[in-house]
Amino acid sequence: MSNVLVCIKRVPDLGGEITLTPDGLGVDDSALGHTVSPHEECAVELAIQVAKDTDGQATVLTLGSSDAVEQLRHALALGCTGAVLVEADASAYGPADVAAAIADVVRAHEAAGTTYDLVLLGNDASDTGDFQVGIRLSYLLDRPVVAGVSTLSVDGDRVVARGGAPDGGTEIFEVPLPAVLTVMEGGIEPRYPSIPGRMKAKKVQIEEVAPSGTPAGAGRVRLKLPPVQPSQVEVLGEGPEAAGAVVDLLEKLGVVR
Amino acid sequence: MSAVLVLVETDGGGATEVSRETLTFVRGLGLDVHALVVGDGPPGLVDQLGAYGVTTVHHADGDAFTSYAAAAWAAAVVAAAGDATVVTAAGTPRGNEVLAHVACRLGVTMAANVVEVESVSPLSVSRQVLGGSALEEMRLEDAVAVFSVAGHACDPAEAESHATPVVHPLDVSVPEADLRARVVRTEPGEPDESGGLKSARVVVGAGRGAGGPDGFADLLELTELLGGSLGVSRVVTSLGWRPHHEQVGQTGSRVAPDLYVACGISGAIQHWAGMSSSKTILAINTDPDAPMVTKAHYAVIGDLHEIVPAVNEELRRRSAG
Repeated sequence: MSNVLVCIKRVPDLGGEITLTPDGLGVDDSALGHTVSPHEECAVELAIQVAKDTDGQATVLTLGSSDAVEQLRHALALGCTGAVLVEADASAYGPADVAAAIADVVRAHEAAGTTYDLVLLGNDASDTGDFQVGIRLSYLLDRPVVAGVSTLSVDGDRVVARGGAPDGGTEIFEVPLPAVLTVMEGGIEPRYPSIPGRMKAKKVQIEEVAPSGTPAGAGRVRLKLPPVQPSQVEVLGEGPEAAGAVVDLLEKLGVVR
Repeated sequence: MSAVLVLVETDGGGATEVSRETLTFVRGLGLDVHALVVGDGPPGLVDQLGAYGVTTVHHADGDAFTSYAAAAWAAAVVAAAGDATVVTAAGTPRGNEVLAHVACRLGVTMAANVVEVESVSPLSVSRQVLGGSALEEMRLEDAVAVFSVAGHACDPAEAESHATPVVHPLDVSVPEADLRARVVRTEPGEPDESGGLKSARVVVGAGRGAGGPDGFADLLELTELLGGSLGVSRVVTSLGWRPHHEQVGQTGSRVAPDLYVACGISGAIQHWAGMSSSKTILAINTDPDAPMVTKAHYAVIGDLHEIVPAVNEELRRRSAG
């Protein structure tokens, strides 16, 4: 039996344009929907699969505002069976702060009798792109960590994890449990929630945790957007009649074989 | 003079292009440049590093480094750092991973994917966030600044005066705990998976506008006619229309071809992050206000399923003539 804790982050679902908040410190997400990073969608899927295959439990955790319950409920609808909200202003938390808050929850749960063979996270959050929360967590828990895992399977007291190698091949790790793994999109297809799954998710009591201590923060001075360039697009035409103009362009660019 | 240490990644030809970019980038700090090479380097590497201004090459070798373990590499970085005030690597998966371990060991902040140094003292950098669509200015106030340098932050260029580096074999003691997560075996990549896409001169991109798994025949033909590669948006792989290794974007491949033909792609940040470095962008889209169209250099307005076959036809006609 392997229990899995999977950590996700509520992020704005960006369309084609980004608008900053007036103080320049964040993205104005007031008109945007929210989601989790693609890597985390895959981490949730892997957590559910491992829990199912080993008769364990998959618990989902996030650090964020109460709005992040939306993302927790989604993960519950997919098949996680427990959820933890560390209620905090995520923008005040740097990667080391987030790792410390997750480690606190792991220790508290383990003191209460629930141990986690695996803690899964995304390789990097799609908003802050820090590439380090999972690794920092592994140091706090003194567990081995593999970053950038695309598929994994639990085999007794070990986990076999596969990820991309710099030369385009695959690297295979065999790591003793308990372990921390950060997941990259590409190895598996995340499932969609079922109607019964959604119904079940509504009834799950979400554990709310207040973080301890004051976060050190992320050292952010401000965000900057590249200057908006006025559109320079040259419209070659409409519909199939533009084919001649397109091929003229391809020839001009020297890309026709 | 205090030093900047660069973890150098190598391939058969020497230091990788992104590592040479990183060496070029950090020369701007005005510090002595040291490099760390882990395992067997290719022949000529030390001379090459000297040409990039490296004065000391630390070399970590031995049983702990015969297969990759990020924690062991981090132990080597810490051993090589000495009194360096800056520790960097290229912002590759491996570079970011090892530096995150290093930051934990040194108890310092780490900044991933830096593109600019805003000020040297106190050190402040700008780094890519939101998939490269925005920059975050960030302070690095620890005694040792740890940051990775984003790919293409600068062009690789040799130093004005070449150095003759001192090679310093490192004696790193790697505890067993640092080898718990270690590569036990590797498998070669499938031929023509994403490798071809990343280096293609022309990429034909396809998005939701393809309409379904059967909507790619004309796009593949155009790809063939132009000797390019097919790249797709995340929605296409999420819906299972095409395999993930064809995905271009924040969580797929990053491409920078001479020409990107964006067919039926709206231009969400996720996708734009992976192809915005293309030299020329041609958008084919029904919506003249789609971000991809307004940001492109050229556009054709209309249904890709009508336009692409007509372009293919015209290409065939001219090549026959």
